[in-house]
Amino acid sequence: MEKLIALLIAAPLLGAAVLLVGGRRLDRVGHWIGTLLSTASFVIGLLLFADLLGKNAEHRTLIQHLWTWIPVEGFQADVTFRLDQLSMTFVLLITGVGSLIHLYSVGYMEHDERRRRFFGYLNLFLAAMLLLVLADNYLLLYVGWEGVGLASYLLIGFWQHKPSAATAAKKAFLVNRVGDMGLSIAIMLMFTTFGSFAFGPVFGHVDGASQGKLTAIGLMLLLAACGKSAQVPLQSWLGDAMEGPTPVSALIHAATMVTAGVYLIVRSAAVFNAAPDAQLVVTVVGTVTLLFGAIVGCAKDDIKKALAGSTMSQIGYMVLAAGLGPIGYVFAIMHLVTHGFFKAGLFLGAGSVMHGMNDEVDMRKFGGLRKYMPVTFITFGLGYLAIIGFPGLSGFFSKDKIIEAAFAKGGTEGWILGGAALVGAAITAFYMTRVMLMTFFGEKRWQPDAEGHEPHPHESPAVMTIPMIVLAVGSVLGGAFFSIGDRFLKWLEPVTGHSEGHSPVSAGEVTIATMVCLVIGVGIAWAQYGRKPVPALAPRGSLLTRAARRDLLQDDFNHVVLVRGGEHLTRSLVYLDHSLVDGVVNGTAAGFGGLSGRLRRLQNGFARSYAVSMFGGAALLVAATLLMRAV
Amino acid sequence: MSTPAVHSLWTTAADRIPQIGAPKIEYGQLSPTLILLGAALVGVLVEAFVPRRSRYYAQVFVSVVALCAAFAAVVGLAADGYGTTKAHVAAMGAIAVDGPSLFLQGVIVLAGLVGLFTFAERRLDPAAGGNRVDSFAAQAAAVPGSDTEKAAVKAGFTTTEVFPLLLFAVSGMLVFTSANDLLTLFVALEVFSLPLYLLCALARRKRLMSQEAAVKYFLLGAFASAFTLFGIALLYGYAGSVSYARIAQVVDGSVTDVNPALADTMGNDALLLIGAALLVMGLLFKVGAVPFHMWTPDVYQGAPTPVTGFMAAATKVAAFGALLRLLYVVLPGMRWDWRPVMWAVAIITMLGGAIVAITQTDIKRLLAYSSIAHAGFILAGVIATSKNGVSSVLFYLAGYSFVTIGAFAVVTLVRDAGGEATHLSKWAGLGRRSPLVAAVFAVFLLAFAGIPLTSGFAGKFAVFKAAAAGGAAPLVVIGVISSAIAAFFYIRVIVLMFFSEPKPEGPTVAVPSPLTMLAIGLGVAVTLVLGVAPQYFLNLANQASVFVR
Repeated sequence: MEKLIALLIAAPLLGAAVLLVGGRRLDRVGHWIGTLLSTASFVIGLLLFADLLGKNAEHRTLIQHLWTWIPVEGFQADVTFRLDQLSMTFVLLITGVGSLIHLYSVGYMEHDERRRRFFGYLNLFLAAMLLLVLADNYLLLYVGWEGVGLASYLLIGFWQHKPSAATAAKKAFLVNRVGDMGLSIAIMLMFTTFGSFAFGPVFGHVDGASQGKLTAIGLMLLLAACGKSAQVPLQSWLGDAMEGPTPVSALIHAATMVTAGVYLIVRSAAVFNAAPDAQLVVTVVGTVTLLFGAIVGCAKDDIKKALAGSTMSQIGYMVLAAGLGPIGYVFAIMHLVTHGFFKAGLFLGAGSVMHGMNDEVDMRKFGGLRKYMPVTFITFGLGYLAIIGFPGLSGFFSKDKIIEAAFAKGGTEGWILGGAALVGAAITAFYMTRVMLMTFFGEKRWQPDAEGHEPHPHESPAVMTIPMIVLAVGSVLGGAFFSIGDRFLKWLEPVTGHSEGHSPVSAGEVTIATMVCLVIGVGIAWAQYGRKPVPALAPRGSLLTRAARRDLLQDDFNHVVLVRGGEHLTRSLVYLDHSLVDGVVNGTAAGFGGLSGRLRRLQNGFARSYAVSMFGGAALLVAATLLMRAV
Repeated sequence: MSTPAVHSLWTTAADRIPQIGAPKIEYGQLSPTLILLGAALVGVLVEAFVPRRSRYYAQVFVSVVALCAAFAAVVGLAADGYGTTKAHVAAMGAIAVDGPSLFLQGVIVLAGLVGLFTFAERRLDPAAGGNRVDSFAAQAAAVPGSDTEKAAVKAGFTTTEVFPLLLFAVSGMLVFTSANDLLTLFVALEVFSLPLYLLCALARRKRLMSQEAAVKYFLLGAFASAFTLFGIALLYGYAGSVSYARIAQVVDGSVTDVNPALADTMGNDALLLIGAALLVMGLLFKVGAVPFHMWTPDVYQGAPTPVTGFMAAATKVAAFGALLRLLYVVLPGMRWDWRPVMWAVAIITMLGGAIVAITQTDIKRLLAYSSIAHAGFILAGVIATSKNGVSSVLFYLAGYSFVTIGAFAVVTLVRDAGGEATHLSKWAGLGRRSPLVAAVFAVFLLAFAGIPLTSGFAGKFAVFKAAAAGGAAPLVVIGVISSAIAAFFYIRVIVLMFFSEPKPEGPTVAVPSPLTMLAIGLGVAVTLVLGVAPQYFLNLANQASVFVR
C-alpha cells in the first residue's frame, strides 16, 4: 500500500504541470482536470485510510522511500514519505476539503478568464501541502513549506491587476520569509545537534541533547509556525491575504495552509515535550493570538476580514492546545479538523454572499439576506453555530476540550490560560453573532453601486452550494463523531501520545462556564446588532474599536519598528559601505596606484642607474647572505 | 741472447707515460643540443652560399627540421628512461641528463619552435621591393635613417641570420639548464645571451629604440656576467673545483678526500657565501627578479616583438632551470642561508612587478612587468625546497612559456601606420572590431592572472601549494595579494578591449600567415589543456623532478 503515497502528491502535481504548461488550449476543460486530479488524490487517500484502519494501532505507519536526494558524506537527505495517523488526518482534510473547494471554484471562478491558471495554482498548492505533511524529514518538509508559501503568494495575488492584491501577496510572502528563516535555522540546529534532520533520528535522540539546544530548536520551530499560521507577532499578513479569491481564503487561509504551523508543532512533539520553556512560549503565543484575533474580528465590517480574524483566533486555540503538550496535542488536531470544516464552510458561504451581491464585502451593506439565499443562510448558520460551540455541534466538542486541557495544565498557568480561553469563547460568540446578524438578519441595506447597478441577491448555483452543504454536514456532525467513544483520541494517540493532566475544575464545570460565556457573547451581540438597526456607516467607536479596526495597530507597529528601523539600518549600512568599505577598497587601490607611479620613476631609462640598482642589489644580496650566517 | 729491439725502448717507455684519455662523450644523450648546434652552423653556411632569394626558405626549413629533431631526441631520451632511472651525468661531468633537464629542454625547444613561427611571419609588414618582409631589419649593419638603410629596405632585403641566431640561443639554453659544472654554466650563459643581444637590435621598425634596448641589454648582461664569473671564481676558491657534485660535497661537509689546499679554504665560509650570492645574482638577473629586473621593460619594449616573446619565454625557462639546479644540487647544504634571502627576493619581485605594472601604458611594458611578477611567483615554488617545489616550477614554466609567446604574437597583429600599436589607448574597443583576436588575448590575460580553467591557475596553484607545504605560508599570502593586484591590470586590458568605445583612428588587426596563427593557436590550446586537465602534465612534471648529482 505504501507505494500509493507518492501518488497522493503526484496527482495534483501532474495537474499543476498540465494546467500551467498546457496553455490556452486547456482553457475549456482545465478546471475539470484540476478538480478530477484533486478528487483522485482524495480517493487514494481514502484507500490508504482504509488500509490503515485494517491494521493494528501500532502498525499504522507506512514509509515510502523514493530516492536519496542529497547523498553527501555525513549529510544525507532522502525523499521519503511517512504516512501515519497524523499525516493521514491531514491528507484527508487537505484532499477532502480541497476537492470540495475545487468544485466550488468551478462555479465561483466561472467568469474569470484565467480560471485554468487558478486551478493550476490550486493543484500546485495541494501537491506542496501534501508534501509538507507526508515528508519524513524536516528538509523535505521545508520544500513543501516553501511550496505552499509560493502557492499562497500566487493565489493571494491572483488578481494582480488590483494593486491591493499585489501588495497583499508581497506582504504575505515577506512576513512568511521571517518564519521560514526560523524553520531553516531549526533544521540547521537539528543537524548540528543530532547529525540528522529525519524525524526518526531527531526524535530518537532528544534525550541526549542539552536543554538549551532543544529550547532553541523549539523556539525556531515556533517562529516558523507563527509565520505560516499567522500567530502574533507574525500575524499581520492574514487579513490582507483576503484579497485573494474567496475559495483561496477558504482552502489556504482557513482550512489547511495556515494550520501547517500547528502540524509542525504537533509533529515535533518529542522536541517540545523535552523543552518546557519553549512549550510555555507556545502557549503564550497561542493565548495572545486567540484574544488578538477575536478582538480584531469584532471590529471588522468586511465579512472576509472578520472571518480572517476569527481564523487567527481559532488557530490560536490550536497553538495553545499544542503548547500544552500531551494533554492538548490530540485536541489541537481535532479542533484543526473541525475548524477546517466549519471555517471553510463559512468562507464559502461568504463567497456565496459576495457572488450574489456584486462582490460586495461590507457587511453594513448586507442585511436580511436570509430570504434571498436560503441555502447559504442555512449552511452559514450551521457553520456559525459550530464555531461558537453550540452544544452538539463540532466546535462545541473540540473547543471545549481545549479549554478543559488549558485548565488541566494546572497551577496559576492553568487558571490564566483557561480563563483566557473562556474569554475568547465569549468574544467568539459575540463577533460571529455580529457577522450573522449583520449579514442575514435585519433590514436590507444594500444600495446601487457606483454605476447604478442595484444588486440582485440570489442563491448560488448547485456547484457552489453542494460543497457548502457537505461542509455544513461536517460542521454539525464532525465533533460528535470524533468525540463519542473518544474515536479521534484513540486514532491519534499512538503518534502524539496523550495524558489527562490534573484539572482543578471538572469537565462539567468547564462546559457550564463555556455555555455561560456563549450566552453572554451572543446576548451582547444581539443587544447591539439585533435589537437596534445597523447604521450603514460605521460609528466612530471606542478607542479599542478603532484600534481593532486597524488590526490592533499591527501594521503601524511594524511600520514604525521594522520598516523605519530597517530603513535607518540600511541607510547607515549603505553609508558605512560607501565611506568605510569603499573607502578602504578605493584607498588601497589609490595607494597601490600612487606607489606604482612613484616606483616607475625609478625606471628612468639610463643603463647607468640600472647598473647601480643591480650593484646595490648584489651588495644587499651578499650582505643578507652573510647576515643570515651571522645570526 | 736476444738483444732488445731498438724500438722496444720507446715502446716500454711509452707504456709508462700516462695516457691522455680521449674525453668520453655520450653523443646520443647530448643529441638535442648537438642537433641544434649543427643546424645553426648549417644556417651560417646557408647565409654564405645560398642565394638571397632562397635563404629564407632554406633557413626556415633547416630550423624547423632541427627543432623538431631536437624535440624528438628529447622525447626519445625521456622515453628511454634518462629522465628517471637512467639519469646520470654525461660528458665527463659537464652535462647532467636527468628529469628536470630533459623536461625543460623539451619546453625550451618547443618555445623555440613556436618562437620560430613568429620569427618567420612575413605578412604583417607591407611588402618591400616585391619581397615579403618580416619583423627584422632589412640590413642590420645599416645606420638607422641612412641611405644604405633606405636602399636595403627598398631592395626588400631581410635579415635571415635571425634563424641561426635563434638556434644558437636555443642550444645555449639547453646546455644552461643541464650544465653540471660552473664553467659549462658560464659558457652556456654566454652562448645563449650573445645571440639574444643581437636579435634585440634587429627590429625593422623603431630601430633606434631596438638598438638602445640591445645596448642596454648587452651592457647590463655583461655587468651581470661579471658578477657571475666572480661568484664562480669564489666558489672555485672555496671548494677547489667547479664540479657541482664536488662543491656540494664540500658545502655539506661530506667530502672525504681533503687535500691540504682544500683544507685551507673549505673553512672559509665568506668565500662560499659571497660566491653563492653573486652566482645566484647572475641567474636572478636572467629571470628578471627585482632588483635585477630593470633591463626587462626597456628590452622587452624595444626588441622586435617575436624576439621579446621568445626571450620572455625561453630565457625564463632556461634561467630557472639553472637556478633550480644550482640551489638544489650545489647549495642544498646552505639552504638555511639562501632561503631567507630568496624569500625577500621573491616578495619584492612579486609585489614590485605587480605594483609597477598598474601604471603602465604600453602593452609590451605591461607584459614585461607581468613577467617580473611571474618570476616572483615561480621563485616561491623554488623556495619550497621539495620535490613538489621542483615539479610545480617545471609545470609553471611549461604553461607560462606558451602563454607568453602567444600573448606577444597577438601584440604583433595589432598595427597601425607606424607598425605595432603598442600603446594601450589604441587597444580600446578592440573587442568590438576584432572579437576573435581580443578574445584570444583575453584568454592569455586570464591565464596570466591565474583564473581557473587556464594553465595559469593550475601552475600558480601548484607553486603556492608547494610553497605552503614547504613552510612558506606568508610567502603564499603575499603571492595571492600580488595576484590580486596583478589581476587588476590584466582585467583592465580586457575591460578596455571589450567595454570601451573604439577610437576612430584605431589600429587595424592584420591577418597573419598560418605561422603566427599556429603559434597563437598552440598557445591557446596549451593554455586551456593545462588548465582544464592538468593532471597528466603535473604527473609528468612530478616524474621529472629529481635532479641527478
